[in-house]
Amino acid sequence: MDKDKMDKDRENRKDKIDRITEYTDIDNGLSDVQRVKVLSPGMLVVRRFLRNRLAIIGFVIITFMFLFSFVGGLLTPYNETQVFRYIGTMSKEYVSVTINEEFRFTVAEGMSYGNAAHARFILAKNRGDSVFTHNDDEYHIIQEAEDFYRVVLSEPKARITYIRGVMSVTPLENGLSFDEDVQNAIRQAIETEQTSFIVGEEQYTLTRQGRDYVLGTIEDVAIESLLITDGVNTNKDLGFGFKLALEKALRSGDSLSFQFEGDFYEIEEDENVASVYKVTGSSREQYALISQMAVQAISPDVVLTIEFKTALEKAIVDGERKFTYPDDAGNAIVYDINRINNVYTVKTETRTHLISMHEQPSSQHWLGTDKHGMDVLTRLMYGGRISLMIGFLVVLLETALGVVMGGLAGYFGKWVDMLIMRIVDVFFCIPFLPILIILGSVMDKLDVDPQKRIYYLMLILGIMSWPGIARMVRGQILSLREQEFMLAAEATGLSIYRRIFKHLIPNVIPQLIVLATLGLGGVILYESTLSFLGLGVKFPFASWGNIISGVSTAYEMTNFWFVWIPAGLLILLTVLGFNFVGDGLRDAFDPKMKR
Amino acid sequence: MRRYILKRLLISAVLLFFVSLIIYIIMRSIPTSYVETQARMLSQLPGAKSYTEWLTQLNETYGMDKGIVPGYFQWLKSAVRGDFGDSWQFNVPVTQKFAEVIWYSFVLGSIAFVLEIGIAVPLGILAARRQYSRMDYGITVIALLGISLPTFFFATVLKLIFAVWLDWFPLYGTVGRFYMQLDSIGRFLDLARHYFLPVLTLTIIGIGSLMRYTRTNMLEVLNADFIRTARAKGLSEKRVINYHAFRNTLIPLVTILGGSLPGLFAGALITETLFQIQGIGYTAYLAMVSGDIPFTMFYMVFMAVLTILGTLIADILYAVVDPRVRIG
Repeated sequence: MDKDKMDKDRENRKDKIDRITEYTDIDNGLSDVQRVKVLSPGMLVVRRFLRNRLAIIGFVIITFMFLFSFVGGLLTPYNETQVFRYIGTMSKEYVSVTINEEFRFTVAEGMSYGNAAHARFILAKNRGDSVFTHNDDEYHIIQEAEDFYRVVLSEPKARITYIRGVMSVTPLENGLSFDEDVQNAIRQAIETEQTSFIVGEEQYTLTRQGRDYVLGTIEDVAIESLLITDGVNTNKDLGFGFKLALEKALRSGDSLSFQFEGDFYEIEEDENVASVYKVTGSSREQYALISQMAVQAISPDVVLTIEFKTALEKAIVDGERKFTYPDDAGNAIVYDINRINNVYTVKTETRTHLISMHEQPSSQHWLGTDKHGMDVLTRLMYGGRISLMIGFLVVLLETALGVVMGGLAGYFGKWVDMLIMRIVDVFFCIPFLPILIILGSVMDKLDVDPQKRIYYLMLILGIMSWPGIARMVRGQILSLREQEFMLAAEATGLSIYRRIFKHLIPNVIPQLIVLATLGLGGVILYESTLSFLGLGVKFPFASWGNIISGVSTAYEMTNFWFVWIPAGLLILLTVLGFNFVGDGLRDAFDPKMKR
Repeated sequence: MRRYILKRLLISAVLLFFVSLIIYIIMRSIPTSYVETQARMLSQLPGAKSYTEWLTQLNETYGMDKGIVPGYFQWLKSAVRGDFGDSWQFNVPVTQKFAEVIWYSFVLGSIAFVLEIGIAVPLGILAARRQYSRMDYGITVIALLGISLPTFFFATVLKLIFAVWLDWFPLYGTVGRFYMQLDSIGRFLDLARHYFLPVLTLTIIGIGSLMRYTRTNMLEVLNADFIRTARAKGLSEKRVINYHAFRNTLIPLVTILGGSLPGLFAGALITETLFQIQGIGYTAYLAMVSGDIPFTMFYMVFMAVLTILGTLIADILYAVVDPRVRIG
């Protein structure tokens, strides 16, 4: 214990001796020639400044900030507003499926049947009518099955009178006769109040006209159905005839096969979806798909195959939330099915260009990327440029204004002094931050260009902050002008301009430098606060303040610290650096406070 | 003394006239779209008057249909009678809204003020007593850190650490969700929990300048001849510091603290906004951003009055505390 203490004592003593020898060795040695060397006042200031450890730290910080912002901005491989993207997968809407609840029509070849006629059909159907007219044409509705109608034109062939079981048929054209089968069918239709009937291959319509009936042969115009038929070949229309035959076969219930134009087709029904196969010899291939679902690709350049549609519709009918289907390369791709009322959206992971938002720090982006996908480090460098530039220009402006106004007030006194000082008082009373906020929001409303905004901001800050400097300059000059050297200057007949700016102002420069340095920190703080509130420097330009304000939610705050913490630390360090230097300069210029 | 105060008050009144004139000019040069938006909004309320009617009425109410100078005098005429009009943002008389929110700011400011004094003054004295010691450097660094800290950054960091990571204090607001169900002790604790972070922010930010001010003044006093005399008399260091030196340091200290008393009502714009405390600062921020001219006018003039009052109090206190500068 004692030994320790002794060791320590000895060490301390040795340390002290070392320091003394060091002190005497360098330039203050009493035995040295240098002791007669007199340092200039400027050198004395520099020496005192260099001896202040905090000031040196501050100086190093500021030098670093300058290098970081101005040189760093040149070295970084990225741009201020360069957005980084990558190719990634993203859940994107691929297909939308709608359960069809509206009648859709297919028009027979050579017939005209448009939306207007379709609307009339819907009206007639809802009223329960079997006939509707459109453009002077009389259309007949023949219900083939539930939700499946044929719309036909009827050509009158015969007039039928039917009174209490006695029926007479009068052909409307010469040489037309109706055989027994037809007559029986007519009778049956009248008795059961049907509007159409089939005899052999021919279909007839029966329309009541007053007491009589009119018999007509039909000509197909269109079919109206809730079902949607998709062909394998999406470019080729399936044709009216095929659809009619298919729907008829489907509705007939038992015969799940039909013939059309010499080809033989088979229907395979699966609840609400039916596949149609074309049978050629012993082999068969899918030819069409019929269901109540309308399947549409979201992107127009995607062609959906019939197999995909079949698989998707089956999955929807089965109530599945996911289904897998191989793509062209044979890879199984998972599709998510979401239902909203009658619309199903099918999403799949699609490869697209994505913005790399909030990327963690990596070797490529040392501080990650922000929410716009821009490199944070690069933005910090450019932000530093703007912050420092604003700081220096504002301080330059406010110092120039302050020196001129303060110099005039101090030198001339009397009413000039009175006027200027009252102006200064008025400026002191105007709340600084609120005015900045108001002017900022005015610039917002006026949609000022972000580039010009920066200059306006500097101007406003400079105009708002000169009174402090003016007050100091005036005070100094008031005491200086009573001194002998000013009397001498006046006696030599120097001009007023020369007296103020060559003799008085240089004596104020030390205090000016101190105030300006301390003011720099203040300006940077104001600028960043304004930018943080979104009223200063605007995106896309970077500023340390608006980098922080880019992080607004608690989630971003906690998870993406690498975006905003460095910006805040840079502000803190820069302002601290200026304050250290300013403080050191004050001590160096004014050694009164020293020991 | 009375003449001096009277003269100062008179000057202050003239000053206030010009300050409010400048503020009024700035507010008037704001694009008129504010009034138009306001009129549009008001006219869309159920059973409201038409847009043009509102526009003319609003323009008339705020003297917008007149030139800037007559408009200012109209504002001034009602302002001196205490009528600052209705706030557009809050739809109540400006003075009523002010009375609602001012106490939040006052409480916040006062607590921070007391804490600042309690921490900054002793530390400043300590730093001065051991000038150039490690302690002095440490305190200086802390003081400069406090001055250099951007309020918004510091508040955000505090929120991150204490509200998000540690979850000790709420993120923002003045009262919790279940405030009304709590008993009086619970309510007090709830309020205290909500006020902790804002008070901490204000205290740390504000501590620096006061600490440095104390240190500088204490140093000046310690270098004075009467301290050397006191030491030469053989007084104990404790007595020299606490009795002779501290009392003399109090003169500038009391002056500056007295001068900052009106500032307690000024509110803390950034801190209140970040912690969403319904004080005058936050309210004024909302008003300013939404272009609520009546409230903003009132707030700015109020701030100017506080500044003038502050300097006035400081000057008077200076004369009161220090008999050497007493006038007349």
